[in-house]
Amino acid sequence: MSVLKPLPRWADVVLLPLLNLTLAFVVSGLVVLAIGQNPLHAMWAIATGAFGSGYNFGYTLYYATNFIFTGLAVALAAHAGLFNIGGNGQAYVAGLGVIAVALLLDGTHWIIVMPLAMLAAMLVGGIWAFIPGYLQAKRGSHVVITTIMFNFIAAALMVYMLNYVLKAPTGMAPESRMIAPDARMPRLAEFIDFFRHTPVNLSLFLAIALLVGVYYLIWHTKFGFALRTLGQNPTASRYAGFSNSKIIMIVMTMSGALAGLVAFNEVLGVQNRLVLDFVADAGFVGIAVALMGRNHPFGIGLAALLFGALYQGGNELQYVVPGLTREMVVIIQALVILFTGAMEGLFRPGLQFAFMLFTPEHKAEAMARESAGSES
Amino acid sequence: MDLNFLISMLDATLRLSTPLLLACLAGLYSERAGVFDIGLEGKMLMAAFAAAATAAVTGSAWAGLFVGMSVSVLTALLQGAAAISLKGNQLIAGVAINMLAAGLTTFLGQQWFRQGGRTPPVSGDARFSSIQLPFAAELRNVPVVGEIYSVIISGHSILVYVAFLMVPLTAWILFRTRFGLRLRAVGENPKAVDTAGISVRRLRYQAVLITGLLCGMAGAYFSIAQGAGFGNNMTAGKGFIALAALIFAKWRPVAAMFTCLLFGFLDALQIRLQSTPLPVLSDVPVQLIQALPYILTVVLLAGFIGKAVGPKAGGVPYTKER
Repeated sequence: MSVLKPLPRWADVVLLPLLNLTLAFVVSGLVVLAIGQNPLHAMWAIATGAFGSGYNFGYTLYYATNFIFTGLAVALAAHAGLFNIGGNGQAYVAGLGVIAVALLLDGTHWIIVMPLAMLAAMLVGGIWAFIPGYLQAKRGSHVVITTIMFNFIAAALMVYMLNYVLKAPTGMAPESRMIAPDARMPRLAEFIDFFRHTPVNLSLFLAIALLVGVYYLIWHTKFGFALRTLGQNPTASRYAGFSNSKIIMIVMTMSGALAGLVAFNEVLGVQNRLVLDFVADAGFVGIAVALMGRNHPFGIGLAALLFGALYQGGNELQYVVPGLTREMVVIIQALVILFTGAMEGLFRPGLQFAFMLFTPEHKAEAMARESAGSES
Repeated sequence: MDLNFLISMLDATLRLSTPLLLACLAGLYSERAGVFDIGLEGKMLMAAFAAAATAAVTGSAWAGLFVGMSVSVLTALLQGAAAISLKGNQLIAGVAINMLAAGLTTFLGQQWFRQGGRTPPVSGDARFSSIQLPFAAELRNVPVVGEIYSVIISGHSILVYVAFLMVPLTAWILFRTRFGLRLRAVGENPKAVDTAGISVRRLRYQAVLITGLLCGMAGAYFSIAQGAGFGNNMTAGKGFIALAALIFAKWRPVAAMFTCLLFGFLDALQIRLQSTPLPVLSDVPVQLIQALPYILTVVLLAGFIGKAVGPKAGGVPYTKER
């Protein structure tokens, strides 16, 4: 029996993901249609809600900043064959690092607080991911299960810390006291009037720099080569003289550090204090972003912008189209993960067949296969 | 600690471990067949919503259970299609299912009932009421034994008894029937099963189907037996505790029951501690008890207390050789 020929590279990298993505949006549109609303109307509402004004665009960029961090975290681990599902927990505990630096250096200028808080976020997030990495590398426990467990442990830990350790003496709510105005990370609105009243801040530039940095790390350094080799073939990596367990631990720590930067954006730049659940599932959005961006920083940048737009547009959606709540965005996100991630292979055989039909040298083979298929 | 306290704790333990046990056994079938399932949570949530919505509209708990289980089975089959037929990443499929359930249940709940994502409260026949076992009332006054029988064992909804009967049934199916042997084989060495002329795909779909049925029952238990109506995200991570229990029990049914009872007891304890602090445990934060199932599972996985090794072919889609 003849075998389908593999797809040309451009079809594999661009066409197939685009088809999957289209399917995700078509199904989302069907959900909107099912409740008696016009999907095009909804889409327009999301688009204007996300890009319609400086205010809307500022919020879109603020969400996108978080999603770049978590998307890169998932992608970096994925290149080493690791599925870091614990971005949420890593970002959440990283908040402890940021708030510790900010409150200890109370009254210090932000130019000093900012780099230290950034390092603290990366350090604490990194540690929270290092433990699952260590357990995978040295004890053989599956990193997916451990990171899931660590998400829940992080949630419990943070509730405890906010209720018993960090709670402001004057307040009732489980949240830390406010960071002094001088120490807060400046928002872009302070320099650019276009972004008036929006939370997008300097961490956006860090996110963009990291897109470039992670690209360079993965494809232009020896370590990047080692981690990709591990991801492709652990045995080959070992025979090439790399220490697999060391790479696993370093990659997981880096991945956690990237996820931890969500806390840098949220705590030092937006909330200006530590609050419950400030991560708001950014870690899970990171999975969708990485899948959609095909684990490439360029794709991740675009996907993060798209999801930022969906989140911001989704917030506005309910005011424009009655009945369409922001849960619609969660549904779209789930469908993107389902179709571009788990059901990635849906169109592959069909597409491969179509490609063979349209290349003269394979056409006969394809026809033969078709008739053989219909007989069996 | 007095006896009354202990009895009420054990009673609560039984109620709280039931959904864990159902979800845990659900996961056991598919994971034993080599399909990792981190989507237990999502299937339960879908079922909880569907069951409550149906029960609220029809007024029948049985109709609710039926629809809840059907929705869960359909979700499981979607997940199965991705994981088995399309050979997709099983973990990503699970993540997608969880997210889809979280979004869809709140969204549809708001669309249909306009109560902020909740369903209308269900009562009377729309809910599984507690069953009094024979002689429960008569034996109530007999010290110790009577109290244990009438309070702890009697007076639960039928789903509680079904859940615990599923344990010996699962053990029997898994270890004493041809289907169970094949199921375990397909999780360990699918190629051998295939060579013996048995369809790996068919077996895995059967396993995923059972997973759907049991998750559906667990979900329905949340909304129309334990609770009275569906609330946003009402499964609250129980699907992941069930997953932890499954690993903790090393994928064995009887051990799964004891693990779920332990985790259910911890849950009962932390609920109790939130209202009335106990003298012995006053220094232990509630959050530590909440996190304990996860911490224990991590410690077990790390191999510090025994070793949990899952089915060998777990997580790997099977490709038939040509």
